[in-house]
Amino acid sequence: MAIRPPERSRRVLRWNRTERALHWVHAGAFCVLLGSGLCLYLPSLAEAVSRRPLLKDIHLYTAAAWAGALVLVVALGDRRSLRRTVRELDRLDPDGRMNRGQQLNTIATAAFAILFAVSGFLLWYGERDTRFRFASTLLVHDWLMYASLVLFLGHLYYALVLPSTRHSLSGMTRGWVREDWAERRHPRWVAALRSGDRPT
Amino acid sequence: MPGGEEYRGRVDEAGERRYGRAAFLALLGGGLSSFAWADRVTGVFSPVTSSVSQLLGNLFPVGGWRIYTISGSMPVFDPKTWRLEVGGLVARPRSFTYDELLALPRSHQVSDFHCVTGWTVHDVHWAGVRLSHLLDLVEPLPQARAVRFVSLEEPYDDSLTLAQLRLPDVLLALELDGRPLSRPHGAPARVVIPEMYGYKGVKWLARMELVDRQPTGYWEGLGYDQNAWVGRSNGYSSA
Repeated sequence: MAIRPPERSRRVLRWNRTERALHWVHAGAFCVLLGSGLCLYLPSLAEAVSRRPLLKDIHLYTAAAWAGALVLVVALGDRRSLRRTVRELDRLDPDGRMNRGQQLNTIATAAFAILFAVSGFLLWYGERDTRFRFASTLLVHDWLMYASLVLFLGHLYYALVLPSTRHSLSGMTRGWVREDWAERRHPRWVAALRSGDRPT
Repeated sequence: MPGGEEYRGRVDEAGERRYGRAAFLALLGGGLSSFAWADRVTGVFSPVTSSVSQLLGNLFPVGGWRIYTISGSMPVFDPKTWRLEVGGLVARPRSFTYDELLALPRSHQVSDFHCVTGWTVHDVHWAGVRLSHLLDLVEPLPQARAVRFVSLEEPYDDSLTLAQLRLPDVLLALELDGRPLSRPHGAPARVVIPEMYGYKGVKWLARMELVDRQPTGYWEGLGYDQNAWVGRSNGYSSA
């Protein structure tokens, strides 16, 4: 009895190269910043890892590299597609690639990134100019860390663990997802693709 | 990519509501404004957060402590070789072993610890030797005005005037919350002066020098105030 090889399932482009670059720059920097930050912050880790100046340097240079790399991706990448993504987020577009939760997660991540940068800059600069040292700066940076950690763990669960959603990782690594998966998870997006709407 | 389909956002002509933008701006505005209110709100919740951090132990900064060092690694305390040298302008310079310090009259106190970077640990239980008592043992000369505290962690040092040092709750702490000082907290001995910010309390203490003029300490050389009164120095006004 011959078994027919499964048909190569059709694919749908979900994230282009610019969007993927932006995601991975942010994800990579976030992991390094979280790791080095926790080693500076948690007593048990701070005792185990005693090379604090090195960790502080890693934290600071990673933050600078993160900001620089984001600017580069936006400057050199496909800005039209980024504007499209921003428009989807702006409207919480129900026909978009992301569902409501994913859109809100993206929005929160972007807002937190700015707040991290502002509070982190003040922590760094406050060591140099005492007029910029505020009682709340450290607290704001801490709270952002806790909030981001929750979002990050939820994100990892959906992207790596939960069987019905983890195929989405393919969209962020290879750019495409299986069409049958997209139809199940994001039917309105696929329908909008087929109806061939174009942005003005 | 085969197919080459791409996402095209749908654009509705009329009545577009920008909830996404509103959410983003609300988060950003709330976050930025929290620079003004975060410390007060944390104060309200601190009984809750400190009990949570006690429950979860080492997962969170225990009881709100954050550990700062200025050098590559924390000094290691060896009870056999460690000495506290007390010298300078004194009639009877002395060198204390750890056991000799433990044998001195012990004082206990509960005080708040304020860091200049904005965090506070309430109700810290300290035990140790009154610095004023230690001073009496070495008999300062009349021209002595201040004490310079030198840490094993080089080049950390700081100083107090003799008047500040004789405040009633200034302590050479050997115990924190009922246990000998741990390495991150400055084992085996650190200075505690609750009226001033934490950087005045030299950890991993190795030497005390009595001097006739108060020298500039490590952080003071970097722009911090020499008289680091809590709420009245380093840009803070009235706690």
